[in-house]
Amino acid sequence: MSTRIHVTVNGVEYSHFVEPRLLLVNYLRDVLRLTGTHVGCDTSSCGACTIHVNGKATKCCTMLAVQADGCQITTIEGLSHNGELHPLQEGFNECHGLQCGFCTPGMIMTAADLLQHTPQPTEQDIRHALEGNFCRCTGYHNIVKSVQYAAKKISEAAVVH
Amino acid sequence: MSTNGLIGRAVKRVEDKRFITGHGNYTDDIVLPHQTYAAFVRSQYAHARILNIDTSAAKEMPGVIAIFTGADLAAVNGVPCGWQVNFKNGDTMKEPKHPLLVADKARHAGDAIAVVIAETKEQATDAAEAVKVEMEELPCVVDAAKAVQAGAPLVHDDVPNNKSFDWVLGNPIEEVNEAMDKAAHVTTLDFVNQRLVPNAIEPRSYNSSYDPVSEKYTLYTSSQNPHLIRLLMCAFVLGIPEHKVRVVSPDVGGGFGSKIFHYTEEALLTWCSKKIGRPVKWTSERSESFLLDAHGRDHVTKAEMGFDANGKIVALRVKTYANLGAYLSTFSSCVPTYLHGTLLQGLYTTPKINVDVTAVFTNTTPVDAYRGAGRPEATYLLERLIDLAAHEMDMDPAELRFRNFIPPFDGVQQPGYQTQVALQYDSGNYEGVLKKGLEMVNYADVRREQQEAAHNGKLVGIGFSTYIEACGIAPSAIVGSLGCRAGLFESAQVRVQPTGKVSVYTGSHSHGQGHETTFAQIVADKLGINLDDVEIVHGDSEAVAFGMGTYGSRSLAVGGSAIMKSIDKIIEKGKKIAAHKLEASADDIEFKSGNFTVKGTDKSIGFGEVALTAYVPHVYPKDLEPGLDFASFYDPANFTYPFGCHIAVVEVDKETGKVSLKRFIAVDDVGNVINPMIVEGQIHGGVVQGIGQALFEGAEYDDNGQLTNASYMDYCMPRADDFPMFETASQVTPCPHNPLGVKGAGEAGTIGSAPAIVNAVIDALWSGGHKVKDIRMPLTPERVWHAMVDA
Repeated sequence: MSTRIHVTVNGVEYSHFVEPRLLLVNYLRDVLRLTGTHVGCDTSSCGACTIHVNGKATKCCTMLAVQADGCQITTIEGLSHNGELHPLQEGFNECHGLQCGFCTPGMIMTAADLLQHTPQPTEQDIRHALEGNFCRCTGYHNIVKSVQYAAKKISEAAVVH
Repeated sequence: MSTNGLIGRAVKRVEDKRFITGHGNYTDDIVLPHQTYAAFVRSQYAHARILNIDTSAAKEMPGVIAIFTGADLAAVNGVPCGWQVNFKNGDTMKEPKHPLLVADKARHAGDAIAVVIAETKEQATDAAEAVKVEMEELPCVVDAAKAVQAGAPLVHDDVPNNKSFDWVLGNPIEEVNEAMDKAAHVTTLDFVNQRLVPNAIEPRSYNSSYDPVSEKYTLYTSSQNPHLIRLLMCAFVLGIPEHKVRVVSPDVGGGFGSKIFHYTEEALLTWCSKKIGRPVKWTSERSESFLLDAHGRDHVTKAEMGFDANGKIVALRVKTYANLGAYLSTFSSCVPTYLHGTLLQGLYTTPKINVDVTAVFTNTTPVDAYRGAGRPEATYLLERLIDLAAHEMDMDPAELRFRNFIPPFDGVQQPGYQTQVALQYDSGNYEGVLKKGLEMVNYADVRREQQEAAHNGKLVGIGFSTYIEACGIAPSAIVGSLGCRAGLFESAQVRVQPTGKVSVYTGSHSHGQGHETTFAQIVADKLGINLDDVEIVHGDSEAVAFGMGTYGSRSLAVGGSAIMKSIDKIIEKGKKIAAHKLEASADDIEFKSGNFTVKGTDKSIGFGEVALTAYVPHVYPKDLEPGLDFASFYDPANFTYPFGCHIAVVEVDKETGKVSLKRFIAVDDVGNVINPMIVEGQIHGGVVQGIGQALFEGAEYDDNGQLTNASYMDYCMPRADDFPMFETASQVTPCPHNPLGVKGAGEAGTIGSAPAIVNAVIDALWSGGHKVKDIRMPLTPERVWHAMVDA
């Protein structure tokens, strides 16, 4: 038994028949072959699978693909535009905010949500926002700095414009 | 040493782009043509005899291709251990192999009983649930000290007392006892270094395929050392020809030791891929990772440190029970012995040391190297003892350390330091890191603040840890004499292309360490070319001739040194080519900043022109082969010995026992630094793993052998909001025996940090009059509160 869903992922419209039990993360990874979104656990704890669903950071390892019917989805692959990195992507490179890179897409997507509603976060705001995303490599220190870098860059760009 | 200044610079990582844009290529991202998927039937029990396996219903399930059980693998070997340790009496350790699928009985919860292969992941999982296994549960044992007692259940029926081996190192026990008896003060600790779950965020994943035409296998594996996996799997487990097996470790999402080892699933999937003639993939679920990925630590220890009246350490006596779990994982046997006992000299001049280790099987997940591997256990032991001794003798813990430090030595003018426990330290300036740490923390000020806090009814503590580790693993002859069944050299091929671009093939493997940047910095610096003109290739047995992989903070010290050897050969040959072109003697050619120049003249040609000449050898020395491409193997002369000083400042809530980390200072000396940004990142990550052990993490088994916190809902992982920003600094004491002068930075943070935290909490409690000797890690609010009220 399959159900038809329509979703827009990174600006592209898709329509597929999916099994009702198919997880959204597996739809993205296995059906659309967007493998930047990762699975690190099965309990919505680690945050490696964080994407944006209708603009909100969402852990898609515990969301069904059928629940995403009609939704606008952004994954890490859709974050940069016209070859220009998002300030968070740039920040993670500038501040050494990643090592093995496995948690990085989820981290960036969570931080992107934070900066949408809190453009000038304090260090504690950032740490609190990221507490649902595990990183085993960096000790979080440089991830916090990466988000601070992006926040500064975005606010400076806003002043210029 | 540098010719264009790239060495020592905080160059941004070249590998980042694929990760920050979602284009990393991890094993689970790979889907092969005609892909199939595996799921396992695993034991629910920690110890149970298999009475019957009924696969008939499962075989009829949709999409099922094959189901295999232990009976199908009767002719296949189990996975062996890579390091032989002998009993005190000389007998070889007991080393039952780990079967790919157990046929007789399960020895830990999660032991694999059957594998189901199907068209989709979901179909494989459904069918695995339909396999009916009848089992008889047996009594089990989870605690190492209990496992050796008479009458304890036997994990392996043919291993008496569950003892894999017993082992001793250091001075004769009589000498140590005599020194201890004469000591003016003896500090004693009975403690547990608890079991940890490594928790790389990428779960282990394998995808294996077989091509019947070429008779070749390809295994994609989330491994830290693909060549070693190939060797173990081909030669010892499956008995298949090594040259017909390609092993690839693509991007790997963190290892921390847990991805060093050869796991049963790697060999089993490879065996299955030939049986069914299609690629087979399996990616561990997190709940499986908790039960299967080799755990770390798990020591039960009694340690005594004796002091004379002036606070000089006169003796150290240690007895440890090391829990190795149900089977000997690849390097399990060397962790509590040669990576633990050998580090018990620490930074101190202790004249008499004896360490006695009993390694034990239990019905738990196998235990092996986890970030630091033995050295965190040694450091925790020493640093807890010396801080506690300072409290007991009413001395300042920094002062007590200064009294006992080995004096500075550079390993060149002054010889290396011979310890009582087999090693010879290469170079060190231990006072230096503690002095710097004291300056950074403003020691007098924080002690004053602590007194003021105590006056106001608050508990503030300052904890130290001055550590040393042995890394740059390892000189092959030395480790061979200690039982290692492999050499621990590294290989590197540096291939200069005709246009002067350079490809480097390294046997090291990066799973977050940034080799693609650090190694490129070395090559670009030494050859005087742009960073962009260097490509680092790793992780593919087809591309890289051989490799021993990445663990034990060895990549730069051993793998980087192998690259240096090849660079030297390239420059030497380049000089001959340049000499011919410039009509000079090769002895008169010097190479600097990318140019070969006749000494004392302005006659010179560039590196690119020499490269082109090597491949278009029209005007060329008669006795020289074309090409500019050299492979090297580097076997280190000694381990390297990074060291450092970590200081924690904590506040303990009197009402709840909750520990708040206020400051963390880390001064690390890892020798010369190629990329300070990457080194600092390694320290940060390591520090958090150590603090994770001190405050949050710990595997908890119940009496039935069930891991009761086997999920992220239950196992407390360190999170972003648990930490302040860290204060780090480095001191540089070069390694005297490798060409880069580097020591290694991967494990330092983890080794140093845990005891600093625990010492700080104990110090906070003493400041409030609670004379607590020990609190078992992790220091949860409940445990700290109990320690306070019980003291």
